[in-house]
Amino acid sequence: MSDENMLSRRGLLMKLGILFNGLVATAIAVPIVRFLLSSVTRGRSNAYLSWVALGRVGEFPEGETRLATFRNPYVMPTDGKTVDTACWVRRIAGDQFQVFAINCAHLGCPVRWFPQSGLFMCPCHGGAYYRDGSRASGPPERGLFEYPHKVENGLVTIQAGELPTPGLSAALSRKEPPCAA
Amino acid sequence: MRRVIAQIGDWFDQRLQLAAPVREVAEHPVPRSTASWFYVFGSAALVVFLMQLVTGILLAFVYVPSASEAWSSLQSLNHDVTLGWFIRAMHGWGSNFMVAIVLIHMVQVFLFGAYKFPRELTWILGVFLLLMTLGMAFSGQVLRFDQDAYWGLGIGASIASRVPIAGPAIVKLMLGGPIIAGATLSRFFALHVFVIPGMLIGFVCLHVLMVVKLGINEWPMPGRVVKRATYTSQYHELTKKDGAPFVPYAVWKDMFFAAFILLAVAACALYFGPFGPTGRPDPTIIQTVPKPDYFFLWLYALLSLLPPSLETPALLIGPVIVITGLILLPFLSGEGEKSWRRRPIAVLTVLLVAITLGTFTHLAGFTPWSPQMNAWSGDPVPAKFLHGTSALERQGALVFQSKQCRNCHSLGELGGQRGPALDTVAVRLTQDQLIRQVIQGGGNMPAYGKNLSPPETTALVAFLETLHPAGQAPARDASRDVALGEGQEEHASAQR
Repeated sequence: MSDENMLSRRGLLMKLGILFNGLVATAIAVPIVRFLLSSVTRGRSNAYLSWVALGRVGEFPEGETRLATFRNPYVMPTDGKTVDTACWVRRIAGDQFQVFAINCAHLGCPVRWFPQSGLFMCPCHGGAYYRDGSRASGPPERGLFEYPHKVENGLVTIQAGELPTPGLSAALSRKEPPCAA
Repeated sequence: MRRVIAQIGDWFDQRLQLAAPVREVAEHPVPRSTASWFYVFGSAALVVFLMQLVTGILLAFVYVPSASEAWSSLQSLNHDVTLGWFIRAMHGWGSNFMVAIVLIHMVQVFLFGAYKFPRELTWILGVFLLLMTLGMAFSGQVLRFDQDAYWGLGIGASIASRVPIAGPAIVKLMLGGPIIAGATLSRFFALHVFVIPGMLIGFVCLHVLMVVKLGINEWPMPGRVVKRATYTSQYHELTKKDGAPFVPYAVWKDMFFAAFILLAVAACALYFGPFGPTGRPDPTIIQTVPKPDYFFLWLYALLSLLPPSLETPALLIGPVIVITGLILLPFLSGEGEKSWRRRPIAVLTVLLVAITLGTFTHLAGFTPWSPQMNAWSGDPVPAKFLHGTSALERQGALVFQSKQCRNCHSLGELGGQRGPALDTVAVRLTQDQLIRQVIQGGGNMPAYGKNLSPPETTALVAFLETLHPAGQAPARDASRDVALGEGQEEHASAQR
């Protein structure tokens, strides 16, 4: 056996050292990666979604669209005011409601309701929507996002807990708002 | 005294052994032609970066990276802490200057062919340094945790969510959860203060090391062509024949320019003061018009002007193409002419990009694509449009205001610019066309059919028909009279 092919004691120890470090690094990397991705993996079951009340049915006059605010179902101590969110509540008639996200379906700026012209207008890039949330003009490719909602014990409640974005999101995955009555 | 200092110096150098390599770097010969005012932008960027490090650390003495406290801690920096406002202003203006200087440096390197062999890797590191500078600019805007920061994050999340399949996961990773909240600010703080600066320091060191090792790019001469086989020896010959030590021959211009830039940053900070913070980051306050800082204004304009169907592909594929192109540039044209006098396409590319970015930035200054939310209640119809009008036409002017037409259409140069100005609309559209446009919309105008009663429509169109210059008749459909049967009677009477 030539010297070149022979594995010296030191060489073997160094290789074992590299292997040992690699194993330890991999073992430590697992919790690090899991920590880094926790905000994604925790969301996989959509457990952050929850039903929150917006107010009594009587607070929303029939045929009108009103601004309502709600607190995110999950709050961390350092969140401050960011967990308070606004939404537009349209009471069509009786218990028939539509609850629109405040975020424009284009890039998420806050849309404003103009009852006189029956339009939602976005101040950022000029998106406009009709009173039923469907797209009227401008850059948005779809209508306003709608929260799933129900009326229970005289309370209007919505399923909230997630920032509505144009990508497929859990609560707001319906692409087109249902036709207004 | 001198001897003591020399002895102390020797004591340290015996242990550190840094004097020789530092002297070697400082005195390395550079081509005399590079001692030019065109070669000062790289060192200026470095100096502004160092200033950002210092002012950033100072701000961290007071700033609280918590969504519930950040805004108030900025207020106390602005108003309570001695000269806190000045340090904030220096850091804010420093970031603007840094983006600008890095871009100018890049243009100079591109036009002088400095990215060609053997400086390809220096250029590629520079591309990453540009991206990191922009990353610092965006994350810095987030740390100024105000309304613009909050909605800016929403815009970032909306863009990220459009990535196919992985979009929602990327949004949650970016925001640190399903909504913009405390975790979002904390992770942007970590990015802005630890991750990106750490990478920047490493990359800047490598970038500068390569500039020293490979030598400063000689002044490009038309006809002096770069060839891989001969360039290095030619460059060494040049520095030997016509070279001078970097210190002090070339460095004084760098020093003067860097000092001038620092003075300019300080002057801007002193005169204009710090940026914001604007309103509290409270998402229930919706009376806000979010706008990005100036280096992203072009993007803000682009997102308004692209056709909707092109937007997602442009947002997702555009950056990949641009960054890949910049990285591949030194491999696609690593040899050949360096002088911009012999590279017309390079010059035209720079001009095109500069004019495009400049135009978009200019447009974003007054956002003609956005409705003016308060025009309908704030800007009255100028009196000259109402002189001698009938009651019906005046009623129409009222409808025009109250239905927010004004938010998108200007009259007398007041009002929104989303739609065309209507000062002379009657010349362009006939009565029938006006009625159709109002009721059915189209051409990016919403349909108002459901929101206008027939009398309101009649009044509105009657008003719009008065909007034509004196002495110029409104547009008229010549076949209308015939179709309605009125013309036939006239025709018949004329025959008689």
